[in-house]
Amino acid sequence: MNDFIPDPIQQGIARGWHIVDGAALDTDRTLEADVVIVGSGAGGGVTAEILALAGLKVVIVEEGALRSSKDFKMREADAYPALYQESAARQTLDKGIKILQGRTVGGSTVVNWTSSFRTPPATLDFWRSHFGLNGFDAAAMAPWFALMEKRLHVGDWQGAPNENNALLKRGADRLGIPSGLIRRNVNGCWNLGYCGMGCPTNAKQSMLVTTIPSALDGGATLVTRARAERFAIQGEHVEELLCTALQADGVAPNGRVLRLRARHFVVAGGAINSPALLLRSNAPDPHRLLGKRTFLHPTLISAGIFPQRVDAYAGAPQTVYSDHFLHTSLIDGPLGYKLEAPPLHPVLLSTTMNGFGKDHADMMRQFPHIQGMLALLRDGFHEDSPGGSVQLKDGAGVLDYPLNDFLWDGARRALLSMAEIQFAAGASAVRPAHETARAYTSWDEAKREIAALPQALHMTRVASAHVMGGCTMAGDERRGVVAPDGRYRGLANLSVHDGSLFPTSIGANPQLSIYGLTARLASGLAEHMTGLPAPRPGA
Amino acid sequence: METSRRTFLKAGALAALVLAAGGGIYRATHTPGPQRFVLDGEARAALDAIVPAMLSGALPAGAAERKAAIASAVEGVHAAISNLPLAVQKEVQDLFGLLALAPARRLLTGVSGGWFNASETDISAFLQDWRLHRFALLRSAYSALHDLSLGAWYAQPASWSAIGYPGPMKELA
Repeated sequence: MNDFIPDPIQQGIARGWHIVDGAALDTDRTLEADVVIVGSGAGGGVTAEILALAGLKVVIVEEGALRSSKDFKMREADAYPALYQESAARQTLDKGIKILQGRTVGGSTVVNWTSSFRTPPATLDFWRSHFGLNGFDAAAMAPWFALMEKRLHVGDWQGAPNENNALLKRGADRLGIPSGLIRRNVNGCWNLGYCGMGCPTNAKQSMLVTTIPSALDGGATLVTRARAERFAIQGEHVEELLCTALQADGVAPNGRVLRLRARHFVVAGGAINSPALLLRSNAPDPHRLLGKRTFLHPTLISAGIFPQRVDAYAGAPQTVYSDHFLHTSLIDGPLGYKLEAPPLHPVLLSTTMNGFGKDHADMMRQFPHIQGMLALLRDGFHEDSPGGSVQLKDGAGVLDYPLNDFLWDGARRALLSMAEIQFAAGASAVRPAHETARAYTSWDEAKREIAALPQALHMTRVASAHVMGGCTMAGDERRGVVAPDGRYRGLANLSVHDGSLFPTSIGANPQLSIYGLTARLASGLAEHMTGLPAPRPGA
Repeated sequence: METSRRTFLKAGALAALVLAAGGGIYRATHTPGPQRFVLDGEARAALDAIVPAMLSGALPAGAAERKAAIASAVEGVHAAISNLPLAVQKEVQDLFGLLALAPARRLLTGVSGGWFNASETDISAFLQDWRLHRFALLRSAYSALHDLSLGAWYAQPASWSAIGYPGPMKELA
């Protein structure tokens, strides 16, 4: 038992935080506030803290449960159903891409791998030139990133990269490919390697242990295990949000309904869920943009088998990256990709890798010697990379993300690059995550075979942990449903504050992009609602 | 590959029709129960037959240990399905409903004599065919069976020593 780790959530509950657990409701409820925030992840957490510090009465509603370090036992069997959307088995409509998204108080920030990058300047430039987002250049955004970096303890990782990450650097070095070190939002990290299952020591500075406790200490109310169903809209005004309370396991409704009334509403349910809520609510969408341009950083995976132990489950999960292949073509040219190393745990590896029976079992027996590498394709910058669109299926948001030849071209190049780096780092074999791939034992063989692999739906394994877009923010209404101040066009009292705002993918792990952008939007909203300068959250 | 086991691949449009209708037939012929996933009869036998084929090579050798390991993995698959959204539970229900219908089983899997008597070789052959099948529905059904079976197996601490995984730090777990 980890009774010796102080649990800030248990302490806060003891201090008298206002928490309404939907699963425990025995009657319908109505709550009133100045602002209702849907979602408690990166966007919702940052917004909740700033608005609460501004003296506004805030209600945060979250579909997931309130869990904390006492619950985080580093076991995939418990963590995936408890902390992820659809038990970490969410998929695109044609089941071509697996999607990892958080569903718990703190959202994906509770389960992400702590990688912290500012939005690349080239991405911000593209938003200005193609989406009319003036005033969002790197210089204008720098103070917001700096604010949130300080708030969330983002800094250089002081330890040496684990072998899983060191191999990426070693292979890249030998090929003359530049790589860098990843900054992390941790404070007193134990270097365990289980970030994806909830941090058991509260070192990760997720929303769960930073902005949400701060907002609750400031008097905010947290509603958990309640699914935001739809807004009641009268003309241009949102009257209330209707929520369905869930049973304790978070799967089925328990028959209770919550009505949340407020002067202003902020949608921060994350990409897919935010546009889905607005679609269910029949929010104004005269140009049919809502839910469109949803991006994923479609991710390819390559497993390198090394003579030495790699122990990819141990140690800070992501500390080395390479942006080399983001810069080999123009941003609006053939798909570029960012290279990183994912932590490997038994369920994640066994379900990600292709094959079954003896072949799969033989691969799994090499588990401690396997190095994982992944390539994040930077989607959304080329006309052949329009992303996916969120649609409603039995009322639930589902992402239709067709995989086209433009994307497959990037996938093939990415699998080749990763194999070459893994062999350069000393791999004895490389096995791409692809149904007809084998373990190749030399770069010559891999080069020939990977080039010939059929790149097609369900053949190439594609995953995503970065869902972005769908409520595009743009300078004019023909390009985005949200204005540059975060206000939803056509509704007087509704804003969107999450990764669904991004007009393209980011080209880097998106958490810091969401923190910085939503800190700016929430500060503007606080000033507008109070008439006073916005508070500046401090760690 | 042996053609005898691949004849069902030629069924084409008929197979697609059965696939589309199978879940509905299953639901129509079973009393409407709770919305949550339930597995019984031939549907249960299908899972009991598929899991050992997926896990072949990973299961313990001794007969008793093997039987217990399979039962525990099947239980894990159940638990995993029960945590999925209801709409996804329904999709999985439809898949197993289809596998429970003898004509659909013969047409889509080539398994002729019922799940209980099916050999691991026969099961592996149909899984391999579904895996690379021209119908996206069968490929994604394979993928669901793959993830459920292997995920349930490797989620268990009992599977870890065989792959050299020490598990999380005991003081915190």
